[in-house]
Amino acid sequence: MFNTARHIRDTYIRDEMWPSIFCTGCGIGNVLNYTLRAVDSLGLDIDKVVFCSGIGCSSRLPGYIEADGLHTTHGRAIAFATGVKLAAPELDVVVFTGDGDMAGIGGNHFIHAARRNLDLTVICVNNHNYGMTGGQVSPTTPTRGTTTTTPYGNLEEPFDLCRLAIGAGAPFVARWTMGYPYETIAAVETAIRTRGFGFVEILAPCPTGYGKANQQRDAPAAWAWYRENTITRVDLSRLSPEERASNQRIVVGTLWQATKPEYGERYRELVTRLRQHDDAGSDPLPPG
Amino acid sequence: MPAELDRRRMARVLGRSEQFAQGDVACALGAVLGGCDFFAGYPITPATEIAEAVSRMLPRLGGVAIQMEDEIASLSAVLGAAWTGSRAMTATSGPGFSLMQEGIGYACMTETPCVIVDVQRSGPSTGQPTEPAQGDMLQAKWGTHGDHEIIALAPSSVQECVDLTRLAFDLAEEYRNPVLVMTDGEIGHMRERILLPDLADVEPRHRQRPSSLPDTFVPFAATNGKVPEMPDFGTGYHAYVTGLTHNERGFPATDDADAHTRLVRRLCEKITDATERLTRVEVDSEDGARVGLVSYGISARSAAGAVRLARERGIRLSHLRLVTVFPFPERAVLEFVRDLDRVIVPELNLGQICHSVREALAGAARVERVSRIGGEMIHPDEILHAVSHGGEPV
Repeated sequence: MFNTARHIRDTYIRDEMWPSIFCTGCGIGNVLNYTLRAVDSLGLDIDKVVFCSGIGCSSRLPGYIEADGLHTTHGRAIAFATGVKLAAPELDVVVFTGDGDMAGIGGNHFIHAARRNLDLTVICVNNHNYGMTGGQVSPTTPTRGTTTTTPYGNLEEPFDLCRLAIGAGAPFVARWTMGYPYETIAAVETAIRTRGFGFVEILAPCPTGYGKANQQRDAPAAWAWYRENTITRVDLSRLSPEERASNQRIVVGTLWQATKPEYGERYRELVTRLRQHDDAGSDPLPPG
Repeated sequence: MPAELDRRRMARVLGRSEQFAQGDVACALGAVLGGCDFFAGYPITPATEIAEAVSRMLPRLGGVAIQMEDEIASLSAVLGAAWTGSRAMTATSGPGFSLMQEGIGYACMTETPCVIVDVQRSGPSTGQPTEPAQGDMLQAKWGTHGDHEIIALAPSSVQECVDLTRLAFDLAEEYRNPVLVMTDGEIGHMRERILLPDLADVEPRHRQRPSSLPDTFVPFAATNGKVPEMPDFGTGYHAYVTGLTHNERGFPATDDADAHTRLVRRLCEKITDATERLTRVEVDSEDGARVGLVSYGISARSAAGAVRLARERGIRLSHLRLVTVFPFPERAVLEFVRDLDRVIVPELNLGQICHSVREALAGAARVERVSRIGGEMIHPDEILHAVSHGGEPV
């Protein structure tokens, strides 16, 4: 019988990097699994896929994949990926990042890439804290959440990364938790297939960092928290208007889908237009 | 793999072979001659005209020119593009150069070829945006953290903006290292006559691509000298590139003191071992002179003026102009001072390269400086005054 897990491992995993750095109960391994299944089911040529990342736990993912990988500086993965994709449009470029990496230090690159709409896939593992440095407050830490740098509770409001992506212009935006494997795989597939900036936020537990001080110390507690504190978009729509208005749970699902011009295609159209114009030896080209 | 140069299109984009051009534009022309096919930048005085010029030229050559959201993103995009085989460049000035320092270190650590033009302006901080300076010279060498080496070239004329930017691409490819073109706001905004080379003679040098198949290829093993072969993304080599300390396979080895030492020593030695090959200096020695000038960049023009005036007045004065500033041409400078008692270093800063000179001379001659900040050029008379009465101490 065909064993998908074995097929994924044998086909895509870089053996010599094993074991991983991830802690017991961490959700990042699930994200790797879901992403590779999406890559596999789309039938992508792995030689033509580049995985980029910044700094943080989730940014270690490209190292575990037998493919080209660019593990860059903190927050800059999307900017590096922009260079890769613009220079080599034939490659599929997938960015792994985290809430601190992408929404903290790299927030500006994130919104501009969404606005520019270059054909990138960004997978953000949101674990509500800076995990690699030991559990500090991040831009997505819930208000009142306890972290090592908010020992008396977080006073700030968290970012809603998906609303940020939608507001900045991303044509595909989805959010899932690691507790929805098939939905997450499908979302990653759609993000990769989207001609433009595809964004998938995956909520994943960090028992060692955020979890230990916030009643999510072990995997069952963390998974229970994610189950209790999320609602699918479909289930939300089934609630009464009053219930919807008072909903405090995090909405998961495909949150935005639109069609809009992709930057790389526009750029290549410009190149073609300029070259035809130059070949015709005409006057300077008017803009537009 | 980079596309073959399309010389017909290049000729059309570059324009006349003799031009009256601005220094910044000349850097852009030099980039095109150097085979540049990717530029990412961010507006900043006095470097903006480079971004404007490449934005006009590169799309017509099928290359990419993009304005990013900041200088950090600009260098990041450049480094990403370089891993697909692009010959990539960015251009900036002091504040942007400061922001790029982390990316420069990443490029050194991952051996990613790139060219950075720094059109230096007066700092620190926002300083005098429209005024020239040479205040970033030691930042070029030491701005990013950790042990590393860089290659830095300093044009003194608009023609050299063409020639050295072009050369920078070849050196970046050959050594797999950032190459910095350290120009300034004066040269950047000055216009001079330039001559462009015959395009038939333009043949860019390329990085060494893998000579073995993916299953036996070791990406960070320096089998041929100290510079490893570099695969392009998308060619099946499955390169893993990380700024972490890595072994020869490219995989993290952060707790391995030997791996770290071997890696960082090689990264430094691949540049320092090549110092003689990288050395470009212009020497104007005068018999019997006991005093000499060591200069670079825009202030080399003040130095050359001082030498002319000195000789008119019967004062013997020698001059060495550094074209390569880093790796510092120690041997050339030592040779230059063999018969000298004193060396004067004129700079548009409060003393930077004079320290490299003093270090190289190790007491072989006394080192003095002529320092000027505020945006005005050093007058040759100031240098002559220092020749006669002594310069500021180093």
